[in-house]
Amino acid sequence: MEAVRKMVQTLWVFLVNGFWGFPLTRNIYQGPLKVICSPGLNCYSCPASTTYCPLGSLQQLLLGIRFSLETGNYYLGTFVVGSMGLLGAAFGRFICGWVCPFGLVQELLHKIPSVKLPVPKILTWLKYGFLALFVVIFPLVLVDEFGLGAPWFCKYVCPAGTLEAGIPMVLLQPDLKQTIGWIYWNKIGILALFVIWSIVSSRPFCRTTCPLGAFYGLFNRHRLIRLQFNAENCTQCKACHRVCPMGIHFNETPHSPECISCLRCMTQACNFGAISVEVAGYSLLDDALPAKKKTVENP
Amino acid sequence: MRKKFSPRKGPFALLALFLLLFLAGIALGEPTRVLEQAWSICLSCIGIG
Repeated sequence: MEAVRKMVQTLWVFLVNGFWGFPLTRNIYQGPLKVICSPGLNCYSCPASTTYCPLGSLQQLLLGIRFSLETGNYYLGTFVVGSMGLLGAAFGRFICGWVCPFGLVQELLHKIPSVKLPVPKILTWLKYGFLALFVVIFPLVLVDEFGLGAPWFCKYVCPAGTLEAGIPMVLLQPDLKQTIGWIYWNKIGILALFVIWSIVSSRPFCRTTCPLGAFYGLFNRHRLIRLQFNAENCTQCKACHRVCPMGIHFNETPHSPECISCLRCMTQACNFGAISVEVAGYSLLDDALPAKKKTVENP
Repeated sequence: MRKKFSPRKGPFALLALFLLLFLAGIALGEPTRVLEQAWSICLSCIGIG
């Protein structure tokens, strides 16, 4: 299952970054596909990007909301929030585990041999602050003399934007070097921090900072497709605790907003059929569970 | 024996709500604005300028 997941992740990297004509055009993709929402975190200023980043678009719409209303347009972000919500209500953080390009980058970095450290649980609350403040409130409220705000998360934090767009665009368009300032180097520093942190800890950006993961996590309990905990089959062996890349105790919090549904707990840890996948209440593994448990109890 | 299928209604309510928002956005012409934004390099978005 882990190999399948890696293949799906890789496929999605190329699906949402499918414009390989950029070395010739020295510019970003400007076709009609860019009206489609990228499910995972993928900067739309990345030269290969074929979709829009929901976080970037939402901030852009919110920061210009006054100007939009004054000119008789009602660009309130409903299209973008609707797209994000449809994805969240259907899949929740399955998206983080299966299709997010920056999630894959962190997973690959974590394979580098090193000391491995846990991420302090208290830091997982930070991402909700980034979602509320840097994505919604600051772009909406902190405006200049023309009534325009700034895309705070993209501008000051997002390491995916630096990796996928900031660095490549400076290489593609050398003229941009003249405009580089402290914000750029600040973002390079943040990227370096997360690269190093990803080597020693599992998915630190997803767990502490990603506003998109925070948003999708809100749906984990009520999403269409979710993991199901079959308490009667659980032996409290805690094998699921040991394999979880997000540090979740699945048998204690089966609908944790941190769960990225990578299915490691189900496929690599639990031998008792205590974890399964269900779609809107329909368990995909109901028939298999009693037999599996019986096999374990009476080998 | 397979358990009786009892569908959860929550996900469908959420999907309906966000579908409504999505369609409202389309009705207001927001996709055109999103495309305009996505077609241009957002320098401040990537920390340049």
